[in-house]
Order: sequence, then C-alpha cells, then structure tokens
Amino acid sequence: MLELFAIPLVKIVVLIGALMTVTAYLVLLERKMAAWVQDRRGPDRVGVPLTKIRLFGLGQPLADGLKFLFKEEFTPRHVEPLLYTLAPVVTLASALAIYAVIPMGDTLPLKIGASGANLSMVVAPGCDVGLLYIFALSSIAVYGVILGGWASNDKYSFLGGLRTSAQMVAYELPLGLGILGVVLVSGSLDLGKIIHQQADSGLWFAFTQPLGLVVFVVAAFAEAARLPFDLPECEQELVGGYHTEYSGMRLITFLIAEFMHMVTVSFLIVILFFGGWHFWGLTGSGPVESWGQGILRIGVLMAKVFGVILFFMMVRWSWPRFRFDQLMSLAWKVMLPQGLLNLALMAVLCEPFIAERIGSRHWGVFLLISWAVALLAWLVTALVQPSGPENSPQRVEPSI
Amino acid sequence: MRTDDPSIRWIEEPSLGLSGRMFLPLFVQGLTTTARHLFSPKVTVSFPEERPKVDNPLIYRGVHRLNRDAEGRVKCVACFLCATACPAHCIDIVGTESPWPDREKYPASFTIDELRCIYCGMCEEACPVDAIELTSLLDLTGRSREEMIFDKEKLLSVYDQTKDTEPMPSARLGGTL
Repeated sequence: MLELFAIPLVKIVVLIGALMTVTAYLVLLERKMAAWVQDRRGPDRVGVPLTKIRLFGLGQPLADGLKFLFKEEFTPRHVEPLLYTLAPVVTLASALAIYAVIPMGDTLPLKIGASGANLSMVVAPGCDVGLLYIFALSSIAVYGVILGGWASNDKYSFLGGLRTSAQMVAYELPLGLGILGVVLVSGSLDLGKIIHQQADSGLWFAFTQPLGLVVFVVAAFAEAARLPFDLPECEQELVGGYHTEYSGMRLITFLIAEFMHMVTVSFLIVILFFGGWHFWGLTGSGPVESWGQGILRIGVLMAKVFGVILFFMMVRWSWPRFRFDQLMSLAWKVMLPQGLLNLALMAVLCEPFIAERIGSRHWGVFLLISWAVALLAWLVTALVQPSGPENSPQRVEPSI
Repeated sequence: MRTDDPSIRWIEEPSLGLSGRMFLPLFVQGLTTTARHLFSPKVTVSFPEERPKVDNPLIYRGVHRLNRDAEGRVKCVACFLCATACPAHCIDIVGTESPWPDREKYPASFTIDELRCIYCGMCEEACPVDAIELTSLLDLTGRSREEMIFDKEKLLSVYDQTKDTEPMPSARLGGTL
C-alpha cells in the first residue's frame, strides 16, 4: 500500500513543486542572460516583498506570477470556448506528466516497504517504455498548441498553430531517429537503464554517435520551439503566435508548459547522450551504495542539465531565426537523411556478424568509424547543400 | 520596381566557402559574440543610486533656471522673446516697470509650466540677456500639476542651486564663465 500509493504521491508532490519553482527561476535566469548578452543588467530590483532588500532580483518570479494571477482572464467572444479553455490545460498536463519517467538521479539508499529496494529517483521507476511514453505525451502537447491556435479563431493564432503542426510533424522524425540509434545500442527504452549502460561502459553516446547527437539536438531545439526555430510564435511576424488571444493564468500556463518542454528536452539530451548522472571517477557506475554517492549522482545530473539549459539560452541570442522554408528543408533534406544514416550505421556496427569482422566490438574502432561517417555526412551535406526554393530577386538583362 | 531597370546596380551574393557551408563560421562567431557580451561591462545605469553621466552640463537641456546678476537681482528684462519663441507656449510673463535705473522693465511674475515644456531650448536661444537657461537637472518630479508650474522664486532657487556647478556661459553679458 505504502509503496503503491504513498511514495509515488510524495514524489509527485515534491517533483511538481520543485519543477514549478525551478521553472520560475529559470525564467528569471533567461531574462538575466538575455540582459547580459545585450550588455544590460536585467531585472535586479524585486527582492523580499514589502522591504527594500533586493537580493539581485530574486523576487522577480514571485512578482511575475502575482501579476499574471491578478490579470483579467479575458475570453474573446469569437473563440470556441471549450477548446479555448482546454488547450492550455492539455499543454501543461502533458508537459508535467512527461516527468513521471524522467530520472532525477539514480537511487537513494532509503529502504521503504517490503521489497527492500533503494528509493528510486523516478516517479514511475522501471518503466520499460519510458521513451515511448515521453514521445506520446510530447505529441499530445503539440495538440494543445494547435487547439489553442485554432480555437482562438483569429489569423495570427491560426498561423501560429499551423506552423507548429507543420514544424512538429517535420521534426518529430529526426528526433525519433536520433533516439533510435541510442535505443538500438543500449537495447532499452527505460531511461534509467540507458544511463546505467553509459555508466558501465564509461562511453557516453555523445561520443559514439556524434551524428545522432547533432540530429537530436537540432530536432530538440525545434520541438521546444526555441530560437532559431521559434517560428510558431515569432513576435515580429505573428504577434504572439498561438497564444495571442490568451491572457492571465491561461497565458502563463502556456508559457510554463513551453518552458518545461525546454527543460524536458535538456533532460533528454543529458540522459540519452551525456551519460545522465555518470561522470568518470566521480559517481561510480554500479548500484548506489551510500548516501553520498546517491546525492552526488543527483548533483551531477542536475549540473549537466543546467549546462544544457544555459546552452539553450545562449543559442537564443547567437543565431538568427530560420525562414520557414529553410526550416522545412533543414528537417526533410538534411536532418532526416542524417538521422537515417545514423540509424543504419548503428545497426551495422552493432550487428554481431559484421561487428566480428570489422572489429567494431572494440570501442576504439567503433568511435573511429562513427566519427568518420559523421564528418563525411556533414561534408557531403555541405557540398550538396540542399536548400529551399531560391526566391531572392534575380538579375534580368535589360530588355532595351 | 522593375527588375530590368538599367539603373539598378546588381550585387552578386558572395558564395560561401566549404566551411561556410558547414555552418562552422556561423556557429563559432555566434557563440563567441554572445559569450563575449555575456561578460562585458554593462551599460545600464541603476538610476536612483547611480546618476547618469551628463557629458557637458552647460549644453544639457534639463530644468530651467532664471539667472541672477552680480547684485542678486533677476537678470530678466521682461522682453517676452522667450515666450514668443516657445513652441509649447509654456512661459507666462507679467512685465512691469523696473525699480532699478539700468533697465525699463522687469518680470513681476515669470512662470513656466514644466509639464508643458518640451525642453527644446528655444527660450535660452532667444534670450538677449542670458536670463533663462536650461540646467542639467534631469529628474524632475512632482505630485501634482500645480507643483510643476514653476514661478519666479522657484526658478531663481534653481539658479542658486546650480550656479556653482553650471556657471553662466557668457561673460560679456555678466556671466561668470
């Protein structure tokens, strides 16, 4: 009884509380980073409420939240009321539910219940279809966005929704192909097992599958609708995209969900490609034996995820946004073939019959081949340069 | 515009090299630029604690002041040139006969509506005796509209407040610079 209900419930409460707080502070960090990159200081005024203590602006998330809480929740008359209300709920619920299978560390040596097993840092431990579950839910999150855009019944929202659906369909493929390589090599869909696999070999999948990493990271940026792929809600073109007609708590629900996608994707990048909680000579690789080790593994995982999130935020200000046709040609003409190539390569290198003959059981050979193929693929893509339609003004010889 | 217009000068887009096609320079330049700015000194002025630096207070256009002459009298001769020049019509002067022998008129009242003023500096340009000037005081605030209508005493007090940091420009007209 305890194991079935009490522990997961406590985990869920702690996880959702922590996630909401962390998201709020990550928004502050994002604003700070944006300010620093633009030579500004960023929000530094709001500190402890009702005092003059500023704390470098650490009270800003609270103020932002309160602002959204007290704003009028306006529903335009021209919307489809049911779907309009449902959309942010769907988006946030699926964004949160994804965290049920994402490990926040390994285990802690805290024996609860009859089984005597360590306390796992996953809400649903040992979920054998973890990755499938994540993919299913992230697809539902896209429905939330499309619903929001469509139910709003105005042109900007509709265009934002359309762009989202097109972009998500296009980038779900490379995202899946990037993951497939990892799944093929590790032989499991369980995120915990994938981490253990990397920890045991000491060789993160980022090193053995560079092509898969590139494909996955690019697709992840697009899936999270972050710059340079934030076409669904680019302010310069679409006002706010799919959430143009939303205000108050519904709007912040959308914004939180969107931010959480970024955090989820960061977790996935770290877990699938950067060894999760593993770090050489620091965390060990077997089951957790002591409290120190368990906490260290949590710390290492969080540090890595934080690093990836910082990278996300830096990228936002580093490169210009793609045009929509460029976005599409990147997905279908570059990322899809490279993902397929990565999948085929991993299948070939792991096939026992072939591995025996070319020696790819040895990790050195494996690395050499995969990096050579990755560089070659990149080079070929650069030479062929598949691009979108040429629509720049063309020179015409004067007719007179 | 017609694309076959002979007066158009066509510029060929420079072709990317191999590294450019591999996105490498773009990748490196983008990240290094943002990383450099991330740690570079910030330009924001934290206003109430930190005062913005005014390059040259003598030509800055802030709150007005009415200058005093060497004997401490108001320099204004109530010629109405500033009120005439003012595009916002924010200066109101009531001139009367001067009690002093060196001029005919002086302002009995001199009011400027600081909320109406657009701080263009035309009054300062127009004044023949350098009586009205714009100071470098830039944070002008008040709690009511009435408070923001500055009378002669207030404008003279602005002079007393700023005469040491911002001397009057023209010595020929009795200035201190």
